[in-house]
Amino acid sequence: MNAAKRAEKAHKVYAIESGTVIDHIPHPMALKVVEILGVKQDGILTVGMNFPSQRLGRKDIVKVENLKLTAQVTDRLALVAPTATINIIEGSRVVEKRPIHVPKTFRGLLRCPNPNCITNIESVSTHFVREGSESEPAVRCTYCERLYREPAQLVV
Amino acid sequence: MDLPGRSIISIRDFARDEILGIVDKALEVKAGEWADALHGKVLATLFFEPSTRTRLSFEAAMVSMGGRVIGFADPNISSTRKGETLADTIRTVTGYCDVIAMRHPVEGSARLASEVASVPIINAGDGANQHPTQTFLDLVTLKEEFGRLEGLAVGMLGDLKYGRTVHSLAMALSLFGGRLSLISPPGLRMPAHVKEELDSAGTRYEELRDLGELTSDLDVLYVTRIQKERFADFQEYERVAGAYRIRRDTLTGPCTRVRLMHPLPRVDEIAEEVDATPNAIYFRQAHNGIPTRQALLGLVTGVIR
Ligand SMILES: [Zn+2]
Repeated sequence: MNAAKRAEKAHKVYAIESGTVIDHIPHPMALKVVEILGVKQDGILTVGMNFPSQRLGRKDIVKVENLKLTAQVTDRLALVAPTATINIIEGSRVVEKRPIHVPKTFRGLLRCPNPNCITNIESVSTHFVREGSESEPAVRCTYCERLYREPAQLVV
Repeated sequence: MDLPGRSIISIRDFARDEILGIVDKALEVKAGEWADALHGKVLATLFFEPSTRTRLSFEAAMVSMGGRVIGFADPNISSTRKGETLADTIRTVTGYCDVIAMRHPVEGSARLASEVASVPIINAGDGANQHPTQTFLDLVTLKEEFGRLEGLAVGMLGDLKYGRTVHSLAMALSLFGGRLSLISPPGLRMPAHVKEELDSAGTRYEELRDLGELTSDLDVLYVTRIQKERFADFQEYERVAGAYRIRRDTLTGPCTRVRLMHPLPRVDEIAEEVDATPNAIYFRQAHNGIPTRQALLGLVTGVIR
């Protein structure tokens, strides 16, 4: 990387000293990611969209300063950003790098599309269980028991 | 098998051995063991949607085994009409009884009830979703008739698309390695999601248009009603439904010794002339609803072990 390019990159990608960098988010899911993580009020948040990416063509990046997000929290991104990689930063260095795993259950994250499901009639938090593999996850509503093959569309 | 305190919401919640255990308990109950076992226990029947047959079966099951019943059969007199949530109704009723049998038009209502109740819930039907006591009584009837649930050749005839009874039964049978013949008009075939579950359980099945396409003997034929409402045109309905009607002369070839089952009520999909044949076991099947529900009531309240 030559000096000009390095300068340009530093300018575009504001480095953080400590916190969590979520890279390789498929474009344009960055805002959805912020919403699911529920970190809007938790300090400085940098959202970058539409970066060129070899793997994805276009990618988004989200940086959450001073918060080290656990796998339990970031795995909730599995349905909207399965390609995302999580970098935990400490003292300006990456101390942990991990992929996203598709959880076995989803509580409160998805909406059941069945209008006659109790979750759409009474105030009850939804609960879905994953069936099938991590690469092709399907989810079943534990209430009406319907199976959905495109769970990303159920994310509220 | 650990059932005390557990709710009976969906056949999906039960492993193969648990299903076998429950079926065997029902046959013990039918044989006269466990008489009066429910003495001192109170069942609340909460029918948010009318189903006289199912409600009476639960009430008869409870009373004839020494228990008592409270409840309502008409949603108009229940507090839900005044805007109370289902969860609150259940939280209240749970203090009056040892077990609740409930029927509700909304799918997943029984699951929600089981999460807020401090007593076991038995799902007596939640919309188009589940009606597990029907599935258990079907399995009890098969076990009684054949002495086993494994490896049966079961035909399912009629409306396989909308019939929740056959969906649940097919899934339950998939645990026992049988062979299914799914016989229906093209527009009323078994839904893809049920077939996918059969596939993933490794269950062998074939899809046929009518009984004439059968090539091997069936042990059982489970008949369901084809409803008029599924057809835009009355003549079309008559033509299709007529082709799936069981008469005495249907009972030949691969169906010579077939046992006929039906969830009842029957309209005309099985001719009355069939009732007197040794093939007809559907009334016995309906009667098995009592010992089956008694076994479940006894198991979840802990008086049958
Ligand atoms: Zn649902």
